Amino acid sequence: MGKFKEKLIEIFFTLCGLVAVVVLVGIFSLLVKEGFPALKSLGFSGFFNGDLWRPDAFGKPTYGLWPAIQGTLITTLIAMCISIPLGVGTSVYLAYVAGNRTREILKPIFELLASIPSVVIGFLGLVATGPLIAKLTGRSNGLNALNGGILLCLMSLPTIISVSEDALQALPRDFWRGSLALGATRFRTVMRVMIPAAKGGIFAAVMLGMGRAVGETMTVLMATGNVSSFPDGILSSVKTLTATIASELGEVPFGSEHYHALFVVGATLFIFTFLINLAGELVLGSRK
Amino acid sequence: MKMVIMLSVLILAQAASAAMQIQVKGSDTEVNVVQMLAEKHMAKDKSVSISVTGGGSGTGIAALFNKTADLANSSREMKPDEIQKAKAEGLTPMRIIFATDALSVIVNADNPVKQLTVEQIGKLFKGEIKNWKELGGKDEGVSLYGRQSNSGTFSFFREFVVKADYSPEMKGMNGNSQITEAVGQDKGGVGYVGVAYAMDNKTKKPAKGIKIISVAKTAGDKFINPMDEKSVTTGKYPIARPLYQYFVKAEPALLNFLKYEVGTEGKKLIKAEGFYEIKSEWKAENDKILK
Repeated sequence: MGKFKEKLIEIFFTLCGLVAVVVLVGIFSLLVKEGFPALKSLGFSGFFNGDLWRPDAFGKPTYGLWPAIQGTLITTLIAMCISIPLGVGTSVYLAYVAGNRTREILKPIFELLASIPSVVIGFLGLVATGPLIAKLTGRSNGLNALNGGILLCLMSLPTIISVSEDALQALPRDFWRGSLALGATRFRTVMRVMIPAAKGGIFAAVMLGMGRAVGETMTVLMATGNVSSFPDGILSSVKTLTATIASELGEVPFGSEHYHALFVVGATLFIFTFLINLAGELVLGSRK
Repeated sequence: MKMVIMLSVLILAQAASAAMQIQVKGSDTEVNVVQMLAEKHMAKDKSVSISVTGGGSGTGIAALFNKTADLANSSREMKPDEIQKAKAEGLTPMRIIFATDALSVIVNADNPVKQLTVEQIGKLFKGEIKNWKELGGKDEGVSLYGRQSNSGTFSFFREFVVKADYSPEMKGMNGNSQITEAVGQDKGGVGYVGVAYAMDNKTKKPAKGIKIISVAKTAGDKFINPMDEKSVTTGKYPIARPLYQYFVKAEPALLNFLKYEVGTEGKKLIKAEGFYEIKSEWKAENDKILK
């Protein structure tokens, strides 16, 4: 009886594990299946030939993906440039500088940051950070990649802080004591012993944060200006892959070329995040 | 468990009492005024429950065909391929026109430019005029604000003003109020919105931070401001447009609501929301459908 129960539980957990795989494969095959008609009629080059994304053109519609891919890359890159140093710095502060009480107050506050709805952050970009950027850069408006990047940084920070702080906390206390005993300063200990030792966890934190930034939709839809032209520096307005789908899928006639083309955008986004995760896994794997 | 039973009783009671549900979906330009009309209508007629949501004209029409909406707000006429799609599904769309919207071109309040011809506006949005100095303004780059492509305003403006592709530099905003908000903060900004979103409905003055441009058909014509109601209702304002509502099933409850909208009380509410009355020929068309 006991053995039978054991077996049953084992099957249950195996099924749980399989659900994620099935869902993933299902989503990807849906994207490919729905995107295929557009790929067939426009060809691969219809999407990657340097055209603009203009499904509603006055003349012949064009479906170039490069401007949106570049938009996504630029905003994500800006977000990561700010949030990696800031996030890892904060986690070091929480783990080694702040006292126990301070940490217990601060950590939930940082985690609360993650629960702010993205539409609220987008609104912030529209009325607060956007005009501020405009003032500082002398441009007439601040709805651009930099604005989106700063907001995305806000959104990925909680993940980066929380996960990398956990990684630092999980290190054996002996590393800390040993390094100090050998005469290293606290700063040197953090930089040369603790951070390198927690590298895997911090890397995972950055990847998770980046995943959030790449997939974020509402914030960038509101804050980056959504222009279809090619971006030209961090101060130009951009439109991301996610914003393209979000602003158009609701309206597009079912089964039209435009409809199928949006699934190609979705598949591209999927491949994008897949590559980020794969890179993370490979780096993590090679460390071990 | 008790909670669940109580809840289900409540839900059932609700379902029984609300005799007729009407779902209205579509144009972001129309959503506020129709919401207002629906509330006032429901206060009088308790047997009907109306919910109004936005999303854009295209969204509304798509929802009408998917049968997730009973009434589609649309700030543009149905496109030929949409009509074809309706036919393919065995539906015959009917429509009424319940208000006139003077499409307003807005700029930042600090911009000295006051009036433009339709052609100049077209050139601005095509990206051919890149600096306000070319129009007699300051030496300030033009920064364009438009709508996302499921917007009826987007299509109407392109069809009748731009007559070509919008400049790829145009920023796509989600809804009229975002455009007003952004242009109010952008010294070089120019955008297009329904007149109700360009002015403060109480004071009948332009919203904070923006200026509403007077428009002439060609350089020789008179420049007319969309806040001037008479010129709009008599058809002198060159970029005024009818606001439509489409439906496919003439349910009595729905027809009652439509009659309320075009009736005396509805007209008053529509005016209070910043939209204008409809031309007499459109009235005759409505009467035929609502008879």
